[in-house]
Amino acid sequence: MSLLEITDLSVGFATEDGLVQAVRDISLTLDEGEILALCGESGCGKSVTAMSVPRLLPPDTTRLSGSVTLDGRELTTLPEAEMRRVRGKSVSVVFQEPMTSLNPSFTVGYQITEVLRRHESLSRQAAGRRAVELLELVGIPAPQRRMKEYPHQLSGGMRQRVMIAIAVACEPRVLIADEPTTALDVTIQAGVLDVFRDLRDRLGTAIILITHDLGVVADIADRAVVMYAGRAVEQAPVTELFAHPRHPYTLGLMKALPSAAVNGRLAEIPGMVPSPLSDPDECAFHDRCPRVQADCRLSRPPLVRQGEDHLAACFHPGGQS
Amino acid sequence: MLWFILRRCGSAVIVLFLASILIFLGIRALPGDPATVMAGDEASPAVVAAIRQEFGLDKPLPAQYLDYVTQTVTGNFGRSTQDQLPVIDIIAERLPVTLELSALAMLVAIVIGVGAGIVAAIRRGKAADYVATGFGLAGLSVPHFWLGLLGILLFAVTWRVLPASGYVPFTEDPAQNLQRMILPALVLGTGFAAILMRQTRSAMLGALSADYVRTARSKGLSEAKVVGAHALRNSLTTVVTVLGLQLGALISGAVVTEQIFVIPGFGKLTVDAVLTRNYPVIQAVVLVTVIGYVLVNLLVDIAYAFLNPRIRLSGARHD
Repeated sequence: MSLLEITDLSVGFATEDGLVQAVRDISLTLDEGEILALCGESGCGKSVTAMSVPRLLPPDTTRLSGSVTLDGRELTTLPEAEMRRVRGKSVSVVFQEPMTSLNPSFTVGYQITEVLRRHESLSRQAAGRRAVELLELVGIPAPQRRMKEYPHQLSGGMRQRVMIAIAVACEPRVLIADEPTTALDVTIQAGVLDVFRDLRDRLGTAIILITHDLGVVADIADRAVVMYAGRAVEQAPVTELFAHPRHPYTLGLMKALPSAAVNGRLAEIPGMVPSPLSDPDECAFHDRCPRVQADCRLSRPPLVRQGEDHLAACFHPGGQS
Repeated sequence: MLWFILRRCGSAVIVLFLASILIFLGIRALPGDPATVMAGDEASPAVVAAIRQEFGLDKPLPAQYLDYVTQTVTGNFGRSTQDQLPVIDIIAERLPVTLELSALAMLVAIVIGVGAGIVAAIRRGKAADYVATGFGLAGLSVPHFWLGLLGILLFAVTWRVLPASGYVPFTEDPAQNLQRMILPALVLGTGFAAILMRQTRSAMLGALSADYVRTARSKGLSEAKVVGAHALRNSLTTVVTVLGLQLGALISGAVVTEQIFVIPGFGKLTVDAVLTRNYPVIQAVVLVTVIGYVLVNLLVDIAYAFLNPRIRLSGARHD
């Protein structure tokens, strides 16, 4: 049994235009100490998939089916009060926007100690001491002084580190990092990734890293799931994925990396993502696929084993090893 | 923080100084000579000159202003032309009445308005939201005087649970006092409750969809803490601003409300003074109102700094 198991997860949102199906039949597992990357372009459902774990999606409009278990415990049907004991304690989140994810009206110290006092029942002093240690852990200089400061007095990178300090305060089993480096300078990115690696090594924290940056994936992740239009289209260990990408979409993403640019021009994937309102029984990528054939339009290719520990949803996969 | 408050106090003093010049010149710019008015139509030029000398009206304007300021600062606002009572005593008697009425009205407004605004924001698009916004619209649209008359009709005439009008000082009989003040306070507070409700609702809606509220939820905090601490704290700046801005409306509202409920307050004093052209009283009433305004704005600024660390830590650079 894996630490976290997501089985046949589908998530839709009720809107005025009808049900928008953001995630369709995703299944994935996460082991202790594993860093799993969820990648794909904006709107492919990677954040929605991850946020279903701590159930941080708007409750009124979210339509969710499938199963999410943590240590064998089903989370999707857990009462809200129980779920609050999971959030911030067993499962915590680092959000994408360091500028707006911290509350401007509270000190850094308060925002860190708050989660400690909620879950660890520490005294004010003990929580304060622990918060200083956490700030040190995420590499913030002069942590004592920073405790009394407000978010607006910190740089973006510092704020993201504070966000991480909050997320790791209660030593979570699973840490979800939603584009944690996107808003940061490249030099600061590396430092933030180091903090994640260090956490994994020291505490065995499992990390779900949501990103559209394949460079980050190659740098830190053990395994990657590539998503397209709400579905997983490829899943493999990172070295295998980069060496032998099967799905043409994965291949397209890799060609779009700056390091793969030919004559200074980035390769792009032509066409548009299909609407999440409809879901015809066909390959969602067929319109944009260079390898498209007649059968791609007749039925949807299932996500099947295509080599050692490598899943892909394509009738005409490339790069056989 | 202390430096910030000191600076705000400094600018308040400057505003008061400018206001005193405006009041002084405004009164002098009015047509007619106060000495002739006091002396009466039939008085000889000698009497008028004597009055002029007695009241210092023969001096040049700057000297008169200096007199006015030194008199005012020492608490001497002159005497009412109506009954020769010292103006300061009249104000000391009337002002607490209006302060009590305003404070009670504000209390009504804050409790109902902020409370309903929070509920409406949390239950957005649900029945409670529609009820609150519906009442908010009604509260904004209904004029004070009509609401006051309706209140008297229902509570005093039909149901006979509250007295229709009159005033008993709080020091004399607190129970009687509150019984008589509750209806005027409700009437005066309703409109502000409506404004506060709308502002609180929209500020809370903004705060509730903010990223930091999602962060608060991701910490496993209870909804009470997420809403009551994280979202509300950031909405309060708006609420305080509206409270400060609405003070002017509160004073004019108090004038009407005091007329309806026959409450001997500051508002009624103002109306009576204007009707009888009681210059010393008008002059003092305007000055006291200005002081009230400046004080409230000072409090609002300090509350701002208290609520928003970006203002507190950067001085007053929020405007």
